[in-house]
Amino acid sequence: MLGLKKSDLRLYLIVLALLIFAPFLLNPFPDTSGLAQFNAGYPDLMQKLIIFGLFAVGFNILFGLTGYLSFGHAAFLGVGSYAGVWMFKLLTMNVVPALIVSTLTAGVFALLIGFISLRRSGIYFSILTLAFAQMSYSLAYSVLTPITGGETGLQLSLDDPRIIGISRTESGNIPVPHFFGLEMNSATTIDFGAWSFTFSAGYYFAAVIFAVAFFLTIRLFRSPFGLMLRAVKSNQSRMSYTGLNSRPYALAAFVISGMYAGLAGGLMVAMDPLAGAERMLWTASGEVVLMTILGGAGTLIGPVLGAGVIAYLESIISTINENVLHQWFGGLPDWAENTLVTVVEPFVGEGWHLTLGAVFMLVVIFLPGGIVQAGRLIARFFRRNRGEVGALSGEPERRPGE
Amino acid sequence: MEAIILQILNGLDKGSAYALIALGLTLIFGTLGVVNFAHGALFMLGAFVAVTMQRVLTLGFVPEGATGTSAGGFSFGTARETPYVEHWFGPEVGGTIIDWAVPISILVAIPVMALIGVAMERGLIRFFYKRPHADQILVTFGLAIVLQEIIKHYYGANPIPTPAPDVFVGSFDFGQVLGFDPYTIMYPYWRLVYFGFAAVVIGGVFAFLQFTTFGMVVRAGMADRETVGLLGIDIDKRFVVMFALAAIVAGMAGVMYTPILSPNYHMGMDFLVLSFVVVVVGGMGSLPGAVAAGFLLGILQSFASMTEVIELIPGINQVVIYLVAIIVLLTRPRGLMGRKGVMEE
Amino acid sequence: MGILEIKGVNKRFGGLQALGDVNLSVAEGSCHAIIGPNGAGKSTLLNCLVGKLIPDTGSVTFEGKSLLGRKPHEINQMGISRVFQTPEIFGDLTVMENMLIPCFARRDGSFRMHAYETITDERAIIEEAEEMLDEVHMLDKRDMHAASLSRGDKRRLEMAMCLVQQPKLLLLDEPTAGMARADTNNTIELLKQIRQKRNLTMAIIEHDMHVVFSLADRVTVLAQGTPLVEDTPEKIKGNPKVREAYLGEAHV
Repeated sequence: MLGLKKSDLRLYLIVLALLIFAPFLLNPFPDTSGLAQFNAGYPDLMQKLIIFGLFAVGFNILFGLTGYLSFGHAAFLGVGSYAGVWMFKLLTMNVVPALIVSTLTAGVFALLIGFISLRRSGIYFSILTLAFAQMSYSLAYSVLTPITGGETGLQLSLDDPRIIGISRTESGNIPVPHFFGLEMNSATTIDFGAWSFTFSAGYYFAAVIFAVAFFLTIRLFRSPFGLMLRAVKSNQSRMSYTGLNSRPYALAAFVISGMYAGLAGGLMVAMDPLAGAERMLWTASGEVVLMTILGGAGTLIGPVLGAGVIAYLESIISTINENVLHQWFGGLPDWAENTLVTVVEPFVGEGWHLTLGAVFMLVVIFLPGGIVQAGRLIARFFRRNRGEVGALSGEPERRPGE
Repeated sequence: MEAIILQILNGLDKGSAYALIALGLTLIFGTLGVVNFAHGALFMLGAFVAVTMQRVLTLGFVPEGATGTSAGGFSFGTARETPYVEHWFGPEVGGTIIDWAVPISILVAIPVMALIGVAMERGLIRFFYKRPHADQILVTFGLAIVLQEIIKHYYGANPIPTPAPDVFVGSFDFGQVLGFDPYTIMYPYWRLVYFGFAAVVIGGVFAFLQFTTFGMVVRAGMADRETVGLLGIDIDKRFVVMFALAAIVAGMAGVMYTPILSPNYHMGMDFLVLSFVVVVVGGMGSLPGAVAAGFLLGILQSFASMTEVIELIPGINQVVIYLVAIIVLLTRPRGLMGRKGVMEE
Repeated sequence: MGILEIKGVNKRFGGLQALGDVNLSVAEGSCHAIIGPNGAGKSTLLNCLVGKLIPDTGSVTFEGKSLLGRKPHEINQMGISRVFQTPEIFGDLTVMENMLIPCFARRDGSFRMHAYETITDERAIIEEAEEMLDEVHMLDKRDMHAASLSRGDKRRLEMAMCLVQQPKLLLLDEPTAGMARADTNNTIELLKQIRQKRNLTMAIIEHDMHVVFSLADRVTVLAQGTPLVEDTPEKIKGNPKVREAYLGEAHV
């Protein structure tokens, strides 16, 4: 079905199911319980999960398949965001043209940067992309202020010269991005006993986009083109003596992943029409690298998992503070409670980045294949115990960065 | 003419910092073959050694009898605390010691940074010698995040002003010395000190590599690691020393930079990106290249910041370094002084 | 007029004359061996043929078309495949994937954006790859990682990857270097079979005289960058000049 082989189809259906039922799955705890703080089923977070998932899936096409480590991918996300907001300002609040233009603008931008950066490989490539991204950031922050809004960021205003649609609503507000009338911030809440589930239009719209993008990614992974991208990573010299020109393959991967990033940026502003330069900062590029590695570079589902885990943990961990910790460890003797709180406290709340950095280091050191590799190891362990020989077909294990 | 000299001078202190960090990066890369994204964090840690020293030195107590003025239960900044150093050495000597906190920090920074360097190399980096460069980048990037977040947790997110000794406050009138009108080329004393300090450290490192047996082996190792290994020289042991040395250089550069830029937790990252660009421009694995490119880019950046230039090409001051890096990488992939075969497949 | 014509090729590296006025003609359907002591310029010559190096002067033509200035992938697309001294394969792909890559390269050219097609739908290509794997007796290893193969298997895989492209000219750079006797003999047998089955032109650089005399119809002896003699293997064996320059010191 859909031109996917059985195992891929199964994976895709699982992802679809997760997308559809996410508002339930991410809200497992009743609102009244103390565990409600671990719920993630609110629109903002769910949209974020999807958008970063999309970003990481696209990044993985470049890094996971071709092995080119770009440290400047956030620039494409940023460009996509700016393009999206400009479409809102000038053309229409409908998100479709905005997303198309975001994707295309980022694609053109990626073509330009990729064409130059791909003339070098290895660490030189990483530094070139980093330099381009930092340059874009600096320019967006300073000279390009008329286009980017500089420090305050680019936002909608009440007197935008929108060609199609209105500049302000009857109540005098800025109109909301919509999909042929379906407003992105509209949501229905269903209460079910102690639970309440929110179904947000924005989330489901993003989920549909993601589903399409992920489907295309699976097709790409299983295509001759995907095979060639893996050949780029494996042995470029053999590739050229086999009659293949590795440069356009790598460039195509670069542009495709840049377009995914642009689409993610467009979705970001479709949910919240504000674009800032800090989205292009190199730490933001680092974040998508983290997501991809954490999940498992070069695998289909890895980047989605990585993005999900990081976005979820970020929102949960950064809300935990000292009081919450005292609550948790309250049952313990005082000395144990205090010690634990002191030890854990730097890692939560504002210290979320510390946790992130530490987890990332541990993954690179002990589990270069990320969550997916961990899953495989566990699966193999059980299989071996059952005396079966597990031939893991489809995706050979691969370490990132090789 | 005055303007040109002024810009060169202005570029020197930033250039010195770039050169010092790039020197360490190149040493680590050249000898250990490791791409260290945590090197900027070492610079930042050095700066915070100075912050800590300043805090330790001003650590005080409230003398008995001198209670604070309190009104309505609120105490407005209790009576001036007397720092212990002033109590022990008398207000004058003590005051001077506090005033000289930054230079004194250098003495503390050397052992502290050496320790950090050894811990980093033994605890983490050595497991990555045989791993791909991408893994090295990633793990040291993670380490850099961890280090800067730890500092943020203990020192907060705001820059912490760390003044230079009083003697160095004020500016030196270069214009008068060179025969121009007075007050045309004013250059802060501390920046002069920083440049001098950088020159001494760079000279020291080069002398160490040039004139000691140890340095000779290291240089040989940088030129051809395999052969040196075949000669039966245990290059591994020297790696620890080199890493510690690079850490010390970065740390000292950080200490001395505090009066120029109030340290904050992300200064390491800011400088790291630029220093990497410097290393690439200078040529991966070339020590003179790193130093030369550091100063060159520092001065270039300062020229690009001139109002005349900005008016001509808006925004050039923000991007000039990256622009140069891109051009150099594309036209001279090995950098200005790079050797053949470094980081080339 | 041979399929491959090398005329007056010179190549210098700094002060070193690596190739000096090399003239060589490889006849279609023949197996032409190039031998010579270490440093004679054999590898340099080979690199000039595949686009890795560009000669300072002279011409290299293949089927009447010049090869100079063409990139390696363009030269391959013209019908020249190369087997390396140390097998160059795609280490982290499976054996089957290694085979598919040259198949696609032959069908689709040096670049094609076939991102929406699925490999498993390409029955014809898969069958072709399987047949070739069967011919080198590696079909049972199709799902193994190429990096985990033995050295001999890597060599056979590389050869299969070159052959599946159905090249007009196969360049072999010391195909038996570092092999045990038995492996060497297997390789010779394999190459003989290949020649019988397809009327393939081969140019082989070799150190091992046993290999050269079992395979070649023509032998060129290279010494210090210049061809010394060119003749049939039997005559080369008896040539005193060759004995002096090469066989005398390396092969008693």
